[in-house]
Amino acid sequence: MHKFEYASPTTKEQAVALLGKSWSEAEALAGGTDLLSLMKDYISTPARVVNLKGIKELGGISPTRGGVRIGALATIEDLRDKLKGYDAITQAASGITSPQIRNMGTVGGDLCQRPRCWYYRGGFGVLAQGENGEPLVPNGDNRYHAILGNGGEAKFVHPSSLGPALIALGAKIGVFGPGGARQVEAAKFFVTPKSANDRETVLAPNEIVTEIVVPANLGGTSATYEIRQREALDWPLAAASVVLKLDAGKKVKSAAIVLGHVAPTPWVAAEAAQFLAGKTIDEDVAAEAGKIALANAAPLSRNAYKVQLARVAVKRALLKAAGLM
Amino acid sequence: MAEYKWPEEGKRSLIGKRIKRLDGPDKVSGKAKYTFDINRPGMLFGKMLRSPHAHAKIVSIDTSAAEKMPGVKAVKIIQGPGSEIQWAGDEIVIVAAVDESTAEDAVRAIKVQYEKLPHFVDERDLSKIPQQYRRPPTAQTKGEPDKAFAEAGAVIEGVYGNEVITHCCLETHGLVSEWVDDKNVMIHPSTQSVTAVGGELARALGLPAGNVHVHMDHVGGGFGSKFPIDRWGIETTRLSKLAGGKPIKTMLERDAELTVAGTRPSAYARVKVAATKEGRITAWESESWGSGGVAGTGMPPYPYVWQIPNAKTRHNSIITHTGPQRAWRAPNHPQACLVTMSALEDLAAKLGMDPLDFFLKNIEMTGVRANVYKEELLKAAEMIEWKKLWRPRGEGAVGSTKTVKRGLGLSLHTWGGGGHASDCDLTIHPDGSVDLKMGTQDLGVGTRTVLAIVAGETLGLPVNAIKINIGDNRYPPSGSSGGSTTVGGISASTRRASVDAVNALFEKVAPAMNTTPDKLEAVGGKIQEIGKPTNSMTWKQACAKLGTQPITMRGKQPGKETLTNQGVGGVQMADVSVDVETGIVKMNNFIAVQDCGLIIDMKTAESQVFGAMIMGVTFALYEERVMDQQTGRVLNPNMEFYRLAGLADIGNFKVHMMTGKGYDERGVIGLGEPPTVSPGAAISNAVANAIGVRVGTIPLTPDRVLAALAKKGGSNA
Repeated sequence: MHKFEYASPTTKEQAVALLGKSWSEAEALAGGTDLLSLMKDYISTPARVVNLKGIKELGGISPTRGGVRIGALATIEDLRDKLKGYDAITQAASGITSPQIRNMGTVGGDLCQRPRCWYYRGGFGVLAQGENGEPLVPNGDNRYHAILGNGGEAKFVHPSSLGPALIALGAKIGVFGPGGARQVEAAKFFVTPKSANDRETVLAPNEIVTEIVVPANLGGTSATYEIRQREALDWPLAAASVVLKLDAGKKVKSAAIVLGHVAPTPWVAAEAAQFLAGKTIDEDVAAEAGKIALANAAPLSRNAYKVQLARVAVKRALLKAAGLM
Repeated sequence: MAEYKWPEEGKRSLIGKRIKRLDGPDKVSGKAKYTFDINRPGMLFGKMLRSPHAHAKIVSIDTSAAEKMPGVKAVKIIQGPGSEIQWAGDEIVIVAAVDESTAEDAVRAIKVQYEKLPHFVDERDLSKIPQQYRRPPTAQTKGEPDKAFAEAGAVIEGVYGNEVITHCCLETHGLVSEWVDDKNVMIHPSTQSVTAVGGELARALGLPAGNVHVHMDHVGGGFGSKFPIDRWGIETTRLSKLAGGKPIKTMLERDAELTVAGTRPSAYARVKVAATKEGRITAWESESWGSGGVAGTGMPPYPYVWQIPNAKTRHNSIITHTGPQRAWRAPNHPQACLVTMSALEDLAAKLGMDPLDFFLKNIEMTGVRANVYKEELLKAAEMIEWKKLWRPRGEGAVGSTKTVKRGLGLSLHTWGGGGHASDCDLTIHPDGSVDLKMGTQDLGVGTRTVLAIVAGETLGLPVNAIKINIGDNRYPPSGSSGGSTTVGGISASTRRASVDAVNALFEKVAPAMNTTPDKLEAVGGKIQEIGKPTNSMTWKQACAKLGTQPITMRGKQPGKETLTNQGVGGVQMADVSVDVETGIVKMNNFIAVQDCGLIIDMKTAESQVFGAMIMGVTFALYEERVMDQQTGRVLNPNMEFYRLAGLADIGNFKVHMMTGKGYDERGVIGLGEPPTVSPGAAISNAVANAIGVRVGTIPLTPDRVLAALAKKGGSNA
C-alpha cells in the first residue's frame, strides 16, 4: 500500500475541502470494505485518505414528512434494524450475507463502491484493457460481465446492492461539494465510464454522498430478489428490485423494475414495468415481464446464462412483491 | 517380552471413544499460535516480486530504487537475467523491510525487463490444444474392449471432468526465519513436515542438518501442499543472513497462495462404457487429458476401483504455463472417481437401473473390498432413505416441485493409508507426570489428542495426564503428514513407547507389591495385580518408587508386531435440490460411510470426514481456478471468486464409521484422504438424477447446469 496522508474531518465542508480535484489526490473512506482492498492491491493509490466517519450529520436513519432519510454513513445492518416498509431495500441489504460487511459497510459506500470485474481488480483498469489498449473482456472470461448496456467499452456490472431498490423506489441522493448541496435522482446517480479515469457515479472527485431520501411507498409493495450461488457471502449473478402499486381490484396501477448486476449501472426496465399496467400479477405475467426486461440483452461469449437468471430475478421479485412467493 | 498389540474391544478405556480435541480451547480462544502469529523482536517482513507474465525471459533487473528506500534492509535476486519464467507469479526478487507496506512498495520499485514468450494456459478443450503443449500420449489396453463394445447390450458415451483447483490454505504458505548466530538457523514454518523440512533447508544452505531448528505448534491447513521448505523458505533464510541474521517473516499473499502454492491438476475424459442388457459392466474406453502446469500430469487411475475386464485408455498430458501442481488430498483419486462414477451412473440410467442396484450387481468387480463396499452401500442407503426417495433419472426424487428438482447420487472410493516411520519418547517422571516427545505435527486433525489417547490408554491414565510435546525437530523424528499415514505411524510408536515405559515402571514397583512385573497392569490411575485389584498402588505412589530417575522409553514405527494396516473403502451418497430455473444446486443431505481400521478417537475421526465433505461440496459446486489466456494470469486469486462453501451451503452431514469385527482388528490406517474422494462424483450424480441430464464438468455452477438443461435429451458429449 502506498503511503498516504490521513485526514479525519468533522464537518462535510472540511471533508470536501480535503478531497482533491482529481481522483488520485484523495479518496473518501467510510466503512473501508472496498477502499482498503483497492489500496492494498494498488488499484487505488490516493495521496490522501479522508475519513468521513467523524462527520456526525452523515449518519442516522430518520423519518421525514414524505418518507425516510438515510444518512450516507448508516451501515447496511442499520437498514435491516431500523428501516420499516421499504422491503426492496431491506431485502437487498439482507443479501449481503457477511455480518462483518453489513456492520462495517455503509449505504453511501454501497453506492460508490468500485466494480468487481476481475480484470479491473487485476490491474487492467475499469475498462479492462491489455498492455496495448486491447479490450480483454470480449475475448476473455466474461461469465460475470454485463449483458445489458455493454455496447461501449465498459463491460463490468455495477456491484451496488441497494442502487436498484433505491431507483425503483424513486429515491434521491444528496450530494455535497465545494459548490454546496445538490440532489440527484437515484436513477441518474450511476453513469457508465467512458474512459479508464472515469468513475461509475456522477460524483466529482471532491463531492461526497451525504444522504438518501426515499419517498414513502404509499399503498405500494416492493421486493428484491437476488440470484446468488452461495448462501455464504457471494455476489449476485443477477438481481431485480421492484415496486408495485395495485388498485382495489389487484390490478397494477404502476410498477417499477430495476435490475442489478447485469449492466455497468443498475438497469431500469421501463417497458417491462409499463407492460404490467392494468394486469393482475401471476406467474405468467411476471415471467412475461422478465422476458420484456431482457429483450435487448446482448450477452458476451460466456454469459448468456445471465439472461435467463435476470428474467427469473424479475419474475420472482414481482411474485414476491405481490405476495405470491 | 513386551506385547504391543492393541487392546481388545471391551478392554479399551479411551481408544475408540468420542474424545474432544485437546487443543480445541486454545484454537477457539486465539491462544493457539500459528506461523502468522509469530512475531520476533526486530522482525522484518519479506515480500517477493513476481512475474506478471506467464512465459518470459528475464532480460534485466534493476533493484537500485528499492535498495535506496528507507526501511528496506535487504534485497536479493532469486532468478536473475537469462532465467526463463514458466508461470505468472513466479518469484524473481525478494525484499525485506521494516514493515509490510514498505516491503510491498519496494517490490514495486524494482524494474524488470522481460522478453515475452508465447504462453498457453487453457487446456479445457482438447481439440484446441496446440501440438507443442501435448506430451506424447500414453495408451493401455487390457482384454478385448472392441469386441466387448460390439457385443454390448448398452453403451453410453460422455465427457466428464473437473477444473484445476488450489489448496487454498486459510493460513497461506510461509515462515519466520532467523540466524541465531552465524552457523545456526531457527525457523517457524507453516508445514506438514516438521522433521524433514529442517534437513531440506540445511542442504540448500550447506549447513549441517543439526544447525536448523524447526518449531511449529499449529498449521492453518496444508492438504498436501506444505511438505517442502519451498523457494521462499530458502530465500527468506538467505535474506535474513544479508539482513544481519534478523528474523524475517515471509507469508504469501492470498493471490500468491492461489497462484503458485499448489494446485490439483485438471482432469477431463471422453468416456465410453458398456454393459450387458442385464447390467453387467463389460468394457471401458477413455481418452483423457489434463494439466498440472509445465510438467503436465499423469493419468488418474481410470477406470477407478471397478476392475472392468476389457479396458482401453489413452491419456494426454498437457503443458500449461500455470502454477505447478502439488499433492492434494488423495492425489488423482477424486478426478478418477468423478469420471468413472459419473459414466457408470449414466450407464445405469441408460439401462433403466437404480444405480444402487447396478453397483451392487457388479460389486465383485471392486476386488478385495467387495464385501466392505456392499456393507457400506447398504448402510448409506439406509441412512439416506435411498429406496424411499430415489426415482429414475429426470423424474425427480420424492419432494421435487415444478421448479426445484431433488436428486440422489452415490459414489465409492478407496485409499491406501498406513503408518509412516515415527519415533516416540515417552517419559514417566517420579512425580507421576508423563510427557511425550515426537517430531510430528498436528494438521488440525487431532494428532495431539490421538497421542494422549494412546499413551493414556496404555498407562491407565486420563488424556489430560499426558503432556504432549510435538512440532519441533529436536524431538524424535516422525514422518511428514501425508497420504493418510500419520495416525498409523504416531499411534504405533506411542503404543510401543508407552508399553515399554509402563513395563519399566512395573519392574520398579513389583518388589514393593510382592509380585512380579508380568502380573501387573495399569488401570484407572492405579498399578494393580491382575485379577487381584486390592493389591494396588496409585499411579503417583508407584512413580515415587523411581527415586530421582525418570523412565524414558523410545517407541519406533515400524517395529515388532504390526499395529497398522493399509487399504480402505468408503461410500458416499448425496441428496440435492436443483432450481431448474436458475441452475443453483443446494445440498440437502450428505452421507459418508467409511472404514479405516481401528479408530483411536471417534470424534476427531468423524470431524475429519466432515472436513473432507465440506471440501467436497466446495469442489463439486464452487471451486475452480480461472485462467485468462490473453494475460496468462489467474483471474480469481482471491476468496471472492475462488469460492468456498460457507456453513449455510453444506446441508446436513451424517457420518458412519465402520467399526467392530472385521474392522478393528486390522489396526490403525488413516483417514485424511479417503473421504475427500467421492463428493464430486456423488453430488454430480445426484444433480444428474434430479434434472435428468449430466452436467459433464464440475463445479456445478449455474452456467453449466443451465447449459446442460438447455440440451436435455441429448448426450453430454
